[in-house]
Amino acid sequence: MTTPNQPWALGRTEGLYLRRKAVDRIMTGAMIVAVALAVIPLFLILFYLLKEGIPGLSLSLFTDEPNRPGKPGGGVHNAIVGSAIMVGMALAIGVPVAIGTGIFLSEYGQNRIGGYVRFVIEVMAGIPSITVGLFVYGLIVLRQGHFSAIAGSVSLAILLIPIIARITEEMLLLVPRSLREASYALGASRWRTVLRIVLPTALPGIITGVMLGLSRIAGEAAPLLFTALGNNFYTTDVTAPMDSLPRRIYIYATGPYDYWHEQAWAMSFILVAVILVISLSVRALFGSRVTVRQ
Amino acid sequence: MTEVQTSRKADTLPRLGAMMTQTAAAEAAPGAETADAPIAISARNVSAWYGAKQAVTNISMEIRKNSVTALIGPSGCGKSTYIRCFNRMHEFAPNARVEGTILLEGADIYAHGIDPARVRQRIGMVFQKPNPFPTMSIAENVAAGLRFMGVRSKSEIGDRVESSLKLAALWDEVKDDLKKPGIALSGGQQQRLCIARTIAVEPEVVLMDEPCSALDPVATLKIEDLMRGLAERYTIIIVTHNMQQAARVSDSTAFMLSDEGVTGQLIEYAPTQDLFTNPKDKRTEDYISGRFG
Repeated sequence: MTTPNQPWALGRTEGLYLRRKAVDRIMTGAMIVAVALAVIPLFLILFYLLKEGIPGLSLSLFTDEPNRPGKPGGGVHNAIVGSAIMVGMALAIGVPVAIGTGIFLSEYGQNRIGGYVRFVIEVMAGIPSITVGLFVYGLIVLRQGHFSAIAGSVSLAILLIPIIARITEEMLLLVPRSLREASYALGASRWRTVLRIVLPTALPGIITGVMLGLSRIAGEAAPLLFTALGNNFYTTDVTAPMDSLPRRIYIYATGPYDYWHEQAWAMSFILVAVILVISLSVRALFGSRVTVRQ
Repeated sequence: MTEVQTSRKADTLPRLGAMMTQTAAAEAAPGAETADAPIAISARNVSAWYGAKQAVTNISMEIRKNSVTALIGPSGCGKSTYIRCFNRMHEFAPNARVEGTILLEGADIYAHGIDPARVRQRIGMVFQKPNPFPTMSIAENVAAGLRFMGVRSKSEIGDRVESSLKLAALWDEVKDDLKKPGIALSGGQQQRLCIARTIAVEPEVVLMDEPCSALDPVATLKIEDLMRGLAERYTIIIVTHNMQQAARVSDSTAFMLSDEGVTGQLIEYAPTQDLFTNPKDKRTEDYISGRFG
């Protein structure tokens, strides 16, 4: 079949070649469609957030407390501060526990106990956030006799722990064996090796995990509903009920007033923007540390 | 990490007796030299397993102080496993087991209550692939072992970093870049950095597990030159499957082989010149003349 005019023709296998080429094109096309389906909603969300959220932004939104219902104006200062406090406390409680668990799983958990812990962590990751809220309601709120920001933080921390613990374990396991061996060969103990060599090497990945956890809990309303409850007034008292952005978004978005809807969009925009800024700046700060996978 | 079992048959030997009969043992075990140079490491009837799989079978060797000893042999003959018994790195493998006795300056490194970390401070190791710590600068890499040992004094660390880098023939190339990350160096430089890191803690013995196999010929030559100099201060044991390298750098050579179903045997251990020019064993002759392996 090879003729001087077709120097690249493959003769007998020409048909097979053409079929493979066609399959290759179809599969590439299918993947592009899949990517588009995944990315388009994301861009739509961002687009709507910008379009609906930015007009509602004003200085008073950040500085003022909510007005009584029906009276336009006012702000959500209490919700912003409340979210910051509760997410901050949740990180303070959850991150050390989660990273400790991750270290245990990767360095000491290649046995049956590790298997149990891993199973528990996986189950924890699958618990609906409202159930976590209910659990903390029984554990803390009922015993204290009142709602509190602490209870809210604890439920957020419970959501945080499995996310960060799993990522920490995975990141630590990615640290090449050769580095651990180098450390042991220098006479380092196991714990020192983990602390000085393995953990710093995996740090950028672990921080990504913390950021992922942060973005997850910052937007949670369900576990706060019957733990931190919510508060129309500004408070920094962590033993008292406290407001949060997601909860206020929920109240305003489902409420009857147009200015509430506008403020709900603005709050959504703030929430996403703040998470984005924190993630990017933390990554810029720590991500520059070069990690080489050998 | 799985449980590590270490058991030693020879543990029943009276410790004092073992030390006193050291010279006698040197004659009994296949010794490379007849010269009465002091012995750094004395390995007796060492066998090693990975689970049920035996990797090293009953090897005894005396290693002279301040000498370069090469272990050669085809892949899978147990050379790496064998030297990993010397600094107790073998026990990191799952279900690893070591039998026999290894004496460092007459003291059993597997004796009850000996912390493997202490053994590794006295017996350092350089690995096949350069493995500087990626989060540390050049200086920090060299200082890492000292920090592990609890050395705090900045001036002491600084001095030791400089002297180690000089000994590793890397100082002139990096003295202005000590704060740069260790992994920014070339492969050959990284390996010399790892050597500097190893000798910074002033071990008595330096184990090298195919230290040049990931390097180009020029970098290899530099490391080989370095080894000769290091032997003035340290006892060096190098695993290599490059026979020319063994011939170039070592004083004594041990040939290992897995033969007739027995893995990791010591076939012949002799001064390098003798082993390469006048091998006693037919298998050694076949191997060094390139008939297999």
